[in-house]
Amino acid sequence: MTDAQTPAGLLIDRVSKDLGGRTIVSDMQLEVHAGELTCLLGPSGCGKTTTLRMIGGFLQPDAGAILIDGSDISRLPPEKRPTAMVFQNYALWPHMTVFKNVSFGLRLRKLPKAEIRERVENVLELVGLTHHIHSYPARISGGEQQRVALARALVLEPKVLLLDEPLSNLDAKLRVRVREDIREIQQRIGITTIFVTHDQDEALSLSDRIAVMSGGRVEQYADPRTLYRHPATHFVASFVGAMNFYTGTLGGDGFRLAGGAQVPVDSLSSRTPGEYEIGVRPEDVTVSSNGDGGAEASVVREIQRGHYKELVLDVGGDEMRAFVAPDLPAVDRLRVRFSRGVLYRDGVLQEQSESPVAVR
Amino acid sequence: MSAIEQQGVALGGLEQAELPVARPTRRRMPTPRAAVLRGLGFVFVVALLVFMVGPLVWLAVRAFSGIWQYPRFWPSHWTLQWWRTVFDDKSLGRSMKLSFEFAPVVTVASAAICLPAAYAFSRFNFPGRRVLLVSLFATNAFPKIGLYISMAGVFYSLNLMGTFLGVVIVQLIGTIVFMTWIPTAAFSAIPRSLEEAARDVGAGPLRVFFRVTFPLAAPGIFVAMILSFLAAFDEAQGTFLVGIPNYITMPTEMYTLVLNYPEQAAAVFSILLAIPSVVLMSLARKHVMGGKLAEGFQIR
Ligand SMILES: Nc1ncnc2c1ncn2[C@@H]1O[C@H](COP(=O)(O)OP(=O)(O)OP(=O)(O)O)[C@@H](O)[C@H]1O
Ligand SMILES: [Mg+2]
Repeated sequence: MTDAQTPAGLLIDRVSKDLGGRTIVSDMQLEVHAGELTCLLGPSGCGKTTTLRMIGGFLQPDAGAILIDGSDISRLPPEKRPTAMVFQNYALWPHMTVFKNVSFGLRLRKLPKAEIRERVENVLELVGLTHHIHSYPARISGGEQQRVALARALVLEPKVLLLDEPLSNLDAKLRVRVREDIREIQQRIGITTIFVTHDQDEALSLSDRIAVMSGGRVEQYADPRTLYRHPATHFVASFVGAMNFYTGTLGGDGFRLAGGAQVPVDSLSSRTPGEYEIGVRPEDVTVSSNGDGGAEASVVREIQRGHYKELVLDVGGDEMRAFVAPDLPAVDRLRVRFSRGVLYRDGVLQEQSESPVAVR
Repeated sequence: MSAIEQQGVALGGLEQAELPVARPTRRRMPTPRAAVLRGLGFVFVVALLVFMVGPLVWLAVRAFSGIWQYPRFWPSHWTLQWWRTVFDDKSLGRSMKLSFEFAPVVTVASAAICLPAAYAFSRFNFPGRRVLLVSLFATNAFPKIGLYISMAGVFYSLNLMGTFLGVVIVQLIGTIVFMTWIPTAAFSAIPRSLEEAARDVGAGPLRVFFRVTFPLAAPGIFVAMILSFLAAFDEAQGTFLVGIPNYITMPTEMYTLVLNYPEQAAAVFSILLAIPSVVLMSLARKHVMGGKLAEGFQIR
């Protein structure tokens, strides 16, 4: 961008919103640091768009406040807010060229013509679209429209950038490329960004922090690694990444599944014996064909996934999924152990200390 | 007329007979039923054409014909006499001028009243919205003359009979349905996110309307205005009732004309009446279907 800008922090302070007689967002608390990219991740209908629209000014919160840079903006109309939104369908104006679309906001601000031209050209260069400056939106591809929408938001140098599933209309390849572009541009100009998605892959790969939402609440707000390794609730654990879940009993010699199998665990979030629900990532299920004390398992199915192989196992009547090396020879019987597990009680993570302790 | 129609039917029959022979060159084997359907479709199109174009041809022939005895299919000689008669009559000239004064005034007034309503219908969900929208049809559903006669009573007490304003109001009634329904559809077709995006970059509600909503709805509004213009231009009953004797427009003049002149003069006059319709309709077609705006609407 042309001007240096000081990125701003965003605070969503105990915001609630009812729509159509239902509470869509309830008592939401979220703080986004300056220059940070935060993803709102959650299943369809959990209130992500509603939250974003409240930040952008298209909806008024029923309770609570939204602060940017410490000042309350929740009563301002959209045109007075220092936010810029990239809409899911891009919402480019079809009767204006790319130049007109991007420059519209600047023209409203009555900037000198030369400056408008320069800023539009700069931002189009940033998103790599200079050659389409005089095209109409209907004449350019979906990926290009998406970048025009981004340029239109960025050219105004907003304090907070809002993106509502900006990649959902693109094909898989393009989606990965454009999300990397967005991340790169976001980091280059250091703009505080809220990115809405229901794609956990997308969230994990481009966020500084992720707020996992469910039913209008934030279930967990953490960086991608923490979210993946220490999911705070059963919901987060099952929504982000694949996870095997079993109820059973933690004892001195491992975890006894409800089906009766006794699986040794190398590392656990808690070692207090008792009834738990255990969550184990498929890549944390270690298999071996020689008997080194694991639980007995039979192979039900093998699925080639390219750079790894997925095994569907039967462990004493419980189904278990394991990711193993792609060249592991096919066998019928195996022994399994958990290299790492997380324990839940009533859907809440039971965590004892920062460094999980081994139980054998 | 009937001769042309017969020709049409004969043509259709021919096509029908030929079809089973022509079809095998197509990709799929034709079923006899499909062939019959195709034949029927063709007959239908020809009949439609005859019904629509036939009267116009008839009118045109009439306007240039001299003496024309019934049993003959074609006039025996041609003349411009009726055109001269029409253009020489001063009252006819005055009525044309009046028609071209009323129609634009009515169109603009109708737009001023109906467009805000259309916007409200498409953007806000208020109680009674549907009822109101449907009830606009009521103005077209009842026999107009009844409505006009009861209006005349009110107009008498308001001293609107024989006034310019009175004629404008009575013509306005016939335009309301076009001016509300078509723009409502046009506004509804514009995704709200386009307006929100404009708010987002700093445009206030009024600016959003004039820079985004209106330009995008313009083709629909344009069509509505043309239809309203024509509705006002062609309105005869109400104008006759309210305007007489001060304001005699072209369609009302027709009544006098049919009574006082041979029907050839009426044919000339109908052609003159039709010119604005044809011009405006083709203008609408060009603007709405070929313009950049139509292109812009082809977004996903
Ligand atoms: N204007 C409204 N009136 C009534 N209910 C609404 C309204 N807007 C949204 N909702 C409801 O609020 C819930 C949350 O909507 P929201 O659009 O925030 O979900 P989302 O998390 O963005 O989902 P998605 O991933 O499908 O976009 C939905 O169940 C929706 O039906
Ligand atoms: Mg949404």
